[in-house]
Amino acid sequence: MLDTQDDGYMTADGRKIGGVAMEMRNITLRFGGVVAIKDISFDIRWGEVRAIIGPNGAGKSSMLNVISGFYHPQEGEVIYKGYKRPRMRPYEVARMGIARTFQNIALFEGMSVLDNIMTGRLNHMSSGFLSQAMWWGKAAREEEENREKVEKIIDFLEIQHIRKTPVARLPYGLKKRVELARALAAEPAILLLDEPMAGMNVEEKEDMCRFVLDVNDEFGTTIVLIEHDMGVVMDLSDRVVVMDYGKKIGDGTPDEVRNDEEVIKAYLGVAHD
Amino acid sequence: MLYREAGDFKTSYAADNQTFPIRFDRYGYYLVLAFAFLVMPMVISDYWANSIVIPFLIYAIAALGLNILIGYCGQLSLGTGAFMAVGAYACYKLMVAMPGLNIVFVVVLAGLVTAAVGTLFGLPSLRIKGFYLAVATLAAQFFLIWLFTRTPWFFNYSSTGMISAPTRTLFGYPVTGPSASAVSVYLVCLSFLVVMAWLARNLTRGTIGRKWMAIRDMDIAAEIIGVNPMRAKLSAFAVSSFLIGVSGALFFAVYLGAAEAGEAFGIDKSFLVLFMVIVGGLGSILGAFLGAAFLIVGPVLLKMLLVNQFDWSSDLAAHLEVMIIGALILAFLIIEPHGLAALWRTIKEKLRLWPFPH
Amino acid sequence: MPDTLLFAMEAALNGLTAGIMYALVALGFVLIFKASGIFNFSQGVMALFAALTLVGFQQGQVPFAHLINAIFGTRVHHFGWNLPTLLAIPATVGVMVVFAWAVERFVLRHLVNQKPIILFMATIGLAYFLEGLGDLMWGAEVKRLDVGIPQGMSGAVDDLTFGLFGYGFYMDTLDLYAMVIAALLVAVLVLFSQYTKEGRALRAVADDHQAALSVGISLRFIWVLTWSIAGIVALVAGIMWGAKSGVQFSLSLIALKALPVLILGGFTSIPGAIVGGLIIGVGEKLFDFFMQPIVGGATENWFAYMLALVFLLFRPQGLFGEKIIERV
Repeated sequence: MLDTQDDGYMTADGRKIGGVAMEMRNITLRFGGVVAIKDISFDIRWGEVRAIIGPNGAGKSSMLNVISGFYHPQEGEVIYKGYKRPRMRPYEVARMGIARTFQNIALFEGMSVLDNIMTGRLNHMSSGFLSQAMWWGKAAREEEENREKVEKIIDFLEIQHIRKTPVARLPYGLKKRVELARALAAEPAILLLDEPMAGMNVEEKEDMCRFVLDVNDEFGTTIVLIEHDMGVVMDLSDRVVVMDYGKKIGDGTPDEVRNDEEVIKAYLGVAHD
Repeated sequence: MLYREAGDFKTSYAADNQTFPIRFDRYGYYLVLAFAFLVMPMVISDYWANSIVIPFLIYAIAALGLNILIGYCGQLSLGTGAFMAVGAYACYKLMVAMPGLNIVFVVVLAGLVTAAVGTLFGLPSLRIKGFYLAVATLAAQFFLIWLFTRTPWFFNYSSTGMISAPTRTLFGYPVTGPSASAVSVYLVCLSFLVVMAWLARNLTRGTIGRKWMAIRDMDIAAEIIGVNPMRAKLSAFAVSSFLIGVSGALFFAVYLGAAEAGEAFGIDKSFLVLFMVIVGGLGSILGAFLGAAFLIVGPVLLKMLLVNQFDWSSDLAAHLEVMIIGALILAFLIIEPHGLAALWRTIKEKLRLWPFPH
Repeated sequence: MPDTLLFAMEAALNGLTAGIMYALVALGFVLIFKASGIFNFSQGVMALFAALTLVGFQQGQVPFAHLINAIFGTRVHHFGWNLPTLLAIPATVGVMVVFAWAVERFVLRHLVNQKPIILFMATIGLAYFLEGLGDLMWGAEVKRLDVGIPQGMSGAVDDLTFGLFGYGFYMDTLDLYAMVIAALLVAVLVLFSQYTKEGRALRAVADDHQAALSVGISLRFIWVLTWSIAGIVALVAGIMWGAKSGVQFSLSLIALKALPVLILGGFTSIPGAIVGGLIIGVGEKLFDFFMQPIVGGATENWFAYMLALVFLLFRPQGLFGEKIIERV
C-alpha cells in the first residue's frame, strides 16, 4: 500500500470528493523517437470529474491509452487504489473497473445496440462454457439479470427506441450515446471519456453534458474526460490537467487553470480579450 | 395478415430473447422438425438421400462450424478440408481401437480431437489477422493432408492408403459400413445437425458469442472493454473445429464409408464450405443451412438439367458450374454480403407489413 | 567435395527456378496490393487463364467450342489456322486488358470501402469464375505450350559445373531463359514506374489514396492499369510454367505458394516478392532433399506454408515491411 490516501475535499456545489483513486507518476511514453508524453504526474480522486485538455497532438489520447492499459509507458508508474499497477493487458485493466469511450467511435458495427451494451457487462458475467452451450442454469439466468441492468441504462440514456437497431444504421450522435451506454454498463469505478462531444450539435452536446453530470451524480462514478469545447470543460470538471506537446503545463480547478499565465500563453492563446 | 408480431407482446426478457420471437416462426420451426424426423424417413429414396439430403446435413454442420469462425469471430480459415480430415481419421482410429464404443461417442470424441488440433492451428491468430491468418490455415490444410497420406499409422498400414469404416450399429440398426440403410444414416446425420445447430445457437446468443462478435467487429476496442482476445479467438477455433470435426467424422464414417485424405478432404472442400458460408450469410445460423442447401442442391440440379436433359458432357457442365459458383460468390459479396439469410430476413420484414406496406 | 553437398547444391539450383516462378506470381500480387489494397487470390488462376488463352490463339481454337457444340449441336473446334506466337502474345495481352477492365467495371467498382476480408473472399470467387471460364473457353485438357524457348538440359551449365566440381548439374535451358526474362520483366516494371506519367500516378496511389485522388488521378484508371499489368505478369508466369510442365489446372495450385512468398517478402515490396520467392523455392527443395530419408518425400506440399507460419509468429510484417503501430 503506497501512501497516497487522504480525505479529499468538498466542491463548491457541495459534492464530496474522495481520496486519490489513481495517480500517474512521472509517465513518459515514446513511439520510436517521438515522445508523446514527457514526465507527467497527476492524480485522479474518487468521485470527481477530471478533465484533460490541450491542443491537438498534445498527448491527451495517449494519456487515456496509458490509463486503460493500451499503451505501456517506458517510464513512470500508475498507482491505482493505492497499489502500483503492474504491466497489464487492456482487458485486465478493464476488469479492475476502468471503462472508456473512444475519440473515433469504436462500437461493434455488426451488432445491435442491445448486444453492444451487453458486451459492456462481460466482466460481470461468469457462466461457464457448458452452461452457455446448453443455455441452461446459470447462463440463462445471468443473461436475464444482466439484461435488466442494461435496460436501466437504456432508460437512463433515453435510447429505448433503438434497442434492437443494428449500430451501423445509427446517426453519429446516437452512436456516441450508445458508446457511453456500453461503458456505463460495465459499472466502472473510473470512466474515461475521449472527446464525448466531438462533432455534435449544440442540442446533442447539452444532452451529453447532462448525462455526464448525471452519471457522476447518481452513480458516483469518477470521470476522466478529454474535451475540446472549453465551455463544456469549465462547466463540467472539478479539476483540469492542461497538456501541451506531451508536457503538463497546468493543473488545478477550472478557475485556476483559466488564470494561469502559461496556460493562457500556450493553449488559450493571447486573444483572450 | 398471418405473419405478424403485433399483439405478440413479450412480458419477460427471456421471452424477448428466444430464438424465434414471432409465434408464426416458432410453429414453422416445429413443423419443419416434425417433417424432417417423421415424414422424411418414410418418403425418402436412396438416390435423394445419398445425392442431396445426407451431404446437405453433413455440410451444414461444417458450414455452421466455419461460420462461427469467420462469420462470428472474423477469423478467416482455409483449412476446413484438413479439419474435416482430422475428424475423419480420428473417427477411424477410434472405431478401430475401441470397437465396443458407441458410434455417437466416437463421433463426438473425433470432434473433440479436431477441436484440439484446430485450437493448435488457431494459435497464430493471436498475432496475425486477415489474409495472413488465411495463409497460416493453408499451412494446416497442406501439412495435415500430407501427414495423413504419408503416415501409415493413420490408415492402419492399409495397402490402398485408404481408411474404411467398419460396421457399427445404433439401437440395433447398422449406421456405418456397407449394410447401413439410407434412412438410418439420414436420421443419424439429422440428429447430429439438430444438436449441433442448437449448441451453435446457444453459444452465439450469449456472452461467448458477443465476445466473438466484438473481436470480429473491432478487436482493439473489444480488448479494451474487457474481452480476453486469446480466449475468445481460441474458443472460436475450438468450437468451430469441433463442429467441422464432427462433420468430417460423419462424412467419412456414415456417408463415404471409405476415404483417402487427399481426395476427400482437399483444399476444394475448404473452399466449398467457405462458399456455403458466404452464400448463406456470414454470422447467421440459418445462413449455414441455406448456404449448404444451395451449394449442394444447385450443382445437382444443374447437372440433372445439363447432362440428363440437354445431353451435355459432364465435364462441360462441371466447368460451367465452377464458373457459376464463382460468379455467385461475387454477386453475393457485392449485392448482399449477409447472404441468403439476409434476403430471407428482408422477405419476412416485407411480409410482416403485408398487406399494408405503408 | 562430398557428393551429398553437390546433390544439395543441384537441388538448390533447381529450387531457384521454381522460386522465380513463385516470385513472378507474387509480383502480380504485390502490384495489385500496392495500388488497391486488394489481396488478389486469383493471380495464380490469371496465369493459368493467360496461358490457356495463348495456346488457344496459337492453335486457332474456337473459343467456347464445346459450349457452342453442346448448345447448337455443331462440331466446331478450330478455325484452321495457327497464329504465330508474335501475334498470339499481343492478342493474349489484349484479352488480359479486357479482363482487367471487366474486373474493375463489374466487381471492384461495387466493392469500394468494403473490409479487406470481403475483398479477399471476392477474389477467391473471381478465381473460381476465371477457372471455369478458362476451361469453358479453351477446354480443360492439358496443353503443350511452345513459344520457341529452347528446352532440355543445358550443356553450358553441365560443362561448367563438371569443370568446377567434376559433377555436371542438371539444369533446363528453359529455366535459364526464365531467369533472364524475369529479370527483364522486373527491370521494365521499375523503369515504367519511375519514368512514365502512369507509373508516377501508380506510385502516388500506392503511397496515399486520398492524396492521389485529390490531385486528379483517376482511381478507376489506375485499377484497370494495375490489373492489366498484373495480367501481363501472369501471362509471363503462365508461359514459363506452361512451357515447362504443360498448361493445366495444377498451375493455379502451384501459384498458391505465392501467398507464403508474400508473407516472407511483405505485401508491398517488389524486391521482397523476388527474394521471398527465391527463398521458398530453394528452401523447399533443400528441405525435401534432407528430410526425404526421414519423413518421406512431397514435403514441398506444405513446407512453404509452414515456413511462412513460423516466420509470421516472429515477424508479422514480413522481411521488408514496416512495423505496424496500432491505434485507437
